[in-house]
Amino acid sequence: MEAQAIFDKLKGKFGDAVVEMQGEGFSPAFVVVAPSSVKEVSRFLKEDPDLSFDVLMCLSGVDYKEKFAVAYHLHSLKHRHAIGLKAMLPRENPSLPTVDDVWPGANFHEREAFDLFGIVFEGSKDLRRILLPEDWEGHPLRKDYKYPDFYHGIKV
Amino acid sequence: MTGRSNALPTQEMTINMGPQHPSTHGVLRVILTTDGEVVTRAVPDVGYLHRGLEKIGERVTYAQFMPFTDRLDYLAAMNCNCAWAWAVEKLAKIEVPERAEFLRVIVSELNRISSHLIAFGSYTADMGAFTPFLYAIREREQVNDLFEMLCGNRLTYNYARVGGVSGDAPPGFLEKTKEFLDYFEPKLDEYNNLISYNKIFVHRLSNVAVIPAEEAIAYGLTGPNLRGSGVPFDLRKDEPYSVYPKFDFKVCVGTGERGTLGDCFDRYMVRINEMRESIKIVRQAVAQIPDGPVLAKVPRVFKPPVGETYFRSECPRGETGIYLISDGSANPYRLKIRTGSFVAMNIFEKVTRGLMIADVVAVIGSLDIILPEIDR
Amino acid sequence: MSSDPAHGQPPANGSAPSPGLGPEAQVMVGNADLFVNWARKSSLWYLLFATACCGIELMQAGASRYDMDRFGAVFRATPRQADLMLVAGTITHKMAERVKRLYDQMPEPKYVIAMGSCANTGGPFYKDSYCVVKGVDLIIPVDVYIPGCPPRPEALIDGIMKLQKIIMKRKNYGAKA
Repeated sequence: MEAQAIFDKLKGKFGDAVVEMQGEGFSPAFVVVAPSSVKEVSRFLKEDPDLSFDVLMCLSGVDYKEKFAVAYHLHSLKHRHAIGLKAMLPRENPSLPTVDDVWPGANFHEREAFDLFGIVFEGSKDLRRILLPEDWEGHPLRKDYKYPDFYHGIKV
Repeated sequence: MTGRSNALPTQEMTINMGPQHPSTHGVLRVILTTDGEVVTRAVPDVGYLHRGLEKIGERVTYAQFMPFTDRLDYLAAMNCNCAWAWAVEKLAKIEVPERAEFLRVIVSELNRISSHLIAFGSYTADMGAFTPFLYAIREREQVNDLFEMLCGNRLTYNYARVGGVSGDAPPGFLEKTKEFLDYFEPKLDEYNNLISYNKIFVHRLSNVAVIPAEEAIAYGLTGPNLRGSGVPFDLRKDEPYSVYPKFDFKVCVGTGERGTLGDCFDRYMVRINEMRESIKIVRQAVAQIPDGPVLAKVPRVFKPPVGETYFRSECPRGETGIYLISDGSANPYRLKIRTGSFVAMNIFEKVTRGLMIADVVAVIGSLDIILPEIDR
Repeated sequence: MSSDPAHGQPPANGSAPSPGLGPEAQVMVGNADLFVNWARKSSLWYLLFATACCGIELMQAGASRYDMDRFGAVFRATPRQADLMLVAGTITHKMAERVKRLYDQMPEPKYVIAMGSCANTGGPFYKDSYCVVKGVDLIIPVDVYIPGCPPRPEALIDGIMKLQKIIMKRKNYGAKA
């Protein structure tokens, strides 16, 4: 299915929760949705027989300077098509529902987004820092992150 | 077993399979909660090799990031180099000369062979048989010699460039490659005779950590881990990139020949068979390679157009997906690398429940993880 | 079966061996340090501590082609049986505490070789990375530095031979000068 057709189908089902489509210059195209509806949209994308996006290829946090975003890349083994899903979040207290009951493989990706950006995934069965030490301060991949001077006495 | 545990009250132990361990393929820490020898919970603790590659990517230019992709999966450095080059070329829509694409495929497949050799050698060494490791390294040294002839380094090659490859194959390289393939092909049968169907080895691997196909897809496994569960999905055949459509090769899937479909033995045999298919691809590439330039004209200060792209390529450990966001400047705005080993660790906790401690070692080896891919 | 002292047989008439000893004479004279250092340098058991890419070169140096076993260097998985720690690979802040703990677990005399750029100074991650320790000598004392990214197995063997020279020069049973 083409990206425009997928967007129209989602818009028809979810109405205002589906905000816009980013197609030009984006490969694969992105469907931007409201953060609170991410779980329902994901479940629909996975279970609808025409769409059947059963593989979550990648889940990444992005820091656009005014806001954060979480970008999901989805792929279907049955129909061999791909789409992207994006949810824009405010910079203060970014949080959105988790998708690890839709795709269990999302857990590690969400932990990484939490570790490096500070985005909280509500309802996640396990949300703790994964790559950095437990007592690290700050979230390194934010654009305004300042490198610390010392960590446990060793110069950073 | 249950009778015994009812008779005497036992306590669960928490054992640390620490960052420094001969069988964890790097600095992986597994926190095991065991009841005697049986594991009730095995939680992986990663991050001991987190070097901040994604942040570094935002501070260097596209061409300067190439040596860092070597260190991303150092056993398959050519594959990672080429994946980065392909991703940037997809973003900026650069046309790569055909000879460069053929050279990239040749080195990628040769590197797949040498990476699977180490996977095979270290896996058998973990299981207790040290000899196949030395045989595997003997073959891998020959591949290292070929790469040294081509680009000067044995491990971290930095060979691909945005727009092509850094240098043409010197005279004699293609003949030496053919000689190596003729020498190496009967060795696979030697390995099968030596260890693959050995009774103890089969017994240790079969029916251990069975991953059914639906679970493998739901957890996002890719590469030999997915194909070992019976799903015939290979990016080189199903979403071909570069010049892969010109080659004829089979997709190797697990068949459950010595146990259940999707156990450790299937994943192991998929890797052995993939080496055979890679030999076929390299033979065809060496026969069909055209003449021509090896590097397209790319401006010195390279600024791709604004946009976002996701490119995935088949690396020996799974698919390496690169999500690249460009804002029109000389440095990438955001780059996220999604690797096969990272998602393989996701399923680790689920799959090791109820196994014995020695089987945990078998699972780590069969998922063929490597830590810089997980930690980046 | 001559009674030639040069072939190791005692002289027939029971007198002392003649002063001009031939090359096969089985007598060696030296101080105790010579023998102790000779034994220590010829059986350097190294801890398998491979963090990153240099670890593969370490494995390949110990395997078929560049056999390190001929120097007496076998790998040990536990620090309590090792006397050489080859820090091969990048050390991050999360790993730094564990490196110190492993170093403390090794019994004396112990030696450390920093292998590769990342262990020497932080390597290619020196400038922009936020969580790489810039050189393992910020954590433990290092005897030999081997440059390279990664160093070839021949360079690693050269480093081990330099360490052997350092060991031979030690006096007073290896007390650090």
